[in-house]
Parts: sequence; structure tokens; C-alpha cells
Amino acid sequence: MTDFAEIWSYLSRGPLLWLTATLATYAIGDACARWANRAPLVNPVLIAVALLAPLLWLTGTPYATYFEGAQFVHFLLGPVTISLALPLCENLPRIRRAALPMLAALVAGSVTSAVSVLAIAKAFGLGPDLLATLAPKAATAPVAIGISERLGGSPTLTAVMVLITGAIGAVVATPLLNLLRLKDWRARGFSVGVAAHGIGTARALQVNSTAGAFAGLGMALNAVLTALIAPLILRLFL
Amino acid sequence: MIHALLAILLCQLAGEATVRALGLPLPGPVLGMVLMVLALRLSHRLMALVTPLARGLLANMSLLFVPAGVGVVGHAAILGAQGGPLFLALLGSTVLAIAVGALTFAAVARLTGNRDD
Repeated sequence: MTDFAEIWSYLSRGPLLWLTATLATYAIGDACARWANRAPLVNPVLIAVALLAPLLWLTGTPYATYFEGAQFVHFLLGPVTISLALPLCENLPRIRRAALPMLAALVAGSVTSAVSVLAIAKAFGLGPDLLATLAPKAATAPVAIGISERLGGSPTLTAVMVLITGAIGAVVATPLLNLLRLKDWRARGFSVGVAAHGIGTARALQVNSTAGAFAGLGMALNAVLTALIAPLILRLFL
Repeated sequence: MIHALLAILLCQLAGEATVRALGLPLPGPVLGMVLMVLALRLSHRLMALVTPLARGLLANMSLLFVPAGVGVVGHAAILGAQGGPLFLALLGSTVLAIAVGALTFAAVARLTGNRDD
């Protein structure tokens, strides 16, 4: 019989183990979310990360090794972005009618996001490289990483900031918007897409299909706007 | 399913190539999404072809953020030292951005008599 160490050393070299672990931890996270009736705080992404991170640490697995397996899941971020065309198409007439409120909410949400994150970080005395890392945090990960690089931030830390932002957005959106007594699903979805990109959009899609379509649009528009305004706003804080 | 996947990948490829070629400041998949919207408007057959796969992907969108999220392990040092301020900055700005964005949308919709029906 082959001993455990040998099997482990074989499995830990290929992509199979960590791809399976990614799907398994997410399945656990999703089961928890369903069991909690999709309560905002029980977020499947957070649960999966909270299970995987200590697992990597305990087994001494470097992130690069983990990513070799997980890249197959990561790759689908592109195709899922293309898939957002479907809810957009189905809601095109409503989106066209809402052009004015959307444009106003896009500018207001995007500027508020970048200005407030930099103002709070600066008040805590964080340095210029961390400010550059934070400035694009509301944009979807691939865009934010590109912007961070250009501004002199840390791209990989920006990716983490983007994810935490998305998770915060997914958790706070429902209670916050209920508190504000906003019932318009277009306003609710769009603002979450602008402030919390894909993770916010994923949450919006689970709550309401109109909110999901407008969230996807908010995410796409803010990816473009953040690329344009983040450098300008950062300059105000340096 | 292969044809649906092919259609999606072709849009992504066209988006990536165009963004690189023209040096546009947006991610390739976002332009790919715009191309897919145009294509879906032109062809009902394409819509019927792509719908099941796209719905499946969208239903599991959260899963796709897990690999990048695990990247948090590489930044344990800085998150340990500056984690508090960083988290508060992200929390404060995300709450403000959602509130300001949603209230602006609702206010402008009311001012312009724009109702959803």
C-alpha cells in the first residue's frame, strides 16, 4: 500500500486537488447560505475563502500551487461577464428609459466611492502606495488591477481590496437599502453594481432579476469610469 | 453547449483583441459583453442558443471569485499591520457609495418622472 505522504505529494502537484477543494468549499458555503435563507452575512464566497485560506496555510501550500488548480474556475470570470449580456438584452427597453437616472447614479456612486475610501484611509495615516492600491477598489478586479499598476499601487493587494469591497457590498446592500426605504429594484441593483462590482452583482442576481440586470450594467459602466477618474481623484489626496 | 461556449468565447476574444489593438482603458470582457448584446439583438437563434449556458454561468457567478479571494493568504503581513484601517476605509466607502448611488438614482428618476413598469 502506498503511504499517505506519497499520495499527497502526487496529488498536491496536479490541479485536481485544489480545483476539487475550491468547488467543495463553495458547495459548503452555498449550502450554508441556502440553509440561512440567503441571509446577507452568510456569503458563500466568504465561507469558501475562510475554509480554503487556513487549509493552504496548514498544508504549507503556496498560492501559486493552489491557483494552478483554481485557474479553471478563475478563467470563467471572462465568459460570465459576456453572459451578463443576456439580462442586459432582456431589460434593454427599461434600461434605455432609465438612462438619465443611471448616468447620475453612476457618477455620484463612483466619485463617492473613490473620494471616501481615500479620505478615510488618509485620515488613518495610510501611505501613498496604499492610497494608490485602494483608489480603484470599486471597479471589477481585472480593471482595478490594471489601474493600480499604473498608479503605483500593489496590484495583488488591490485584487484583495476589490474582493473585500465586493463582499462588504453583498453583505450590507439589502439591510442598507431597506433602511433607506428604496423599493425601486433598478436603483437598488445599479448602485450595488457600481459600488461592489461582480460580487455585488452576483448577490443582486440572487435577490431579484431586475436588480441583477441593472447591477451588471452598473459594474460595466463603473469599470470604464473608474479607469478615467481614479487617477484624478488620487492626485487630490497625495 | 459547445456552440454556446464558442459564441461566448468568440465575443471575449474579439473584445480582448480590440481593447489591446486600440489601447482602450476598459477590460476586454466588458467590450465583449457589449458585442454580445449587439449580436443577441440581431439574432434570436443566437439568443436561444446562448441562454441555457449563460443562465448556468450567471447562477454560479459567486463561485468564480473564490480563487482570487484566496489570494488574501499572500498579504497576511500587511493585513495584520494595517488591516483595521483598510477594512474601515472599504466598509465606510462601500456603504456611502451604495447609499449615494441608490438615492441619486431614485431622486433623478422622480425628478424626470421616470417610473419603472
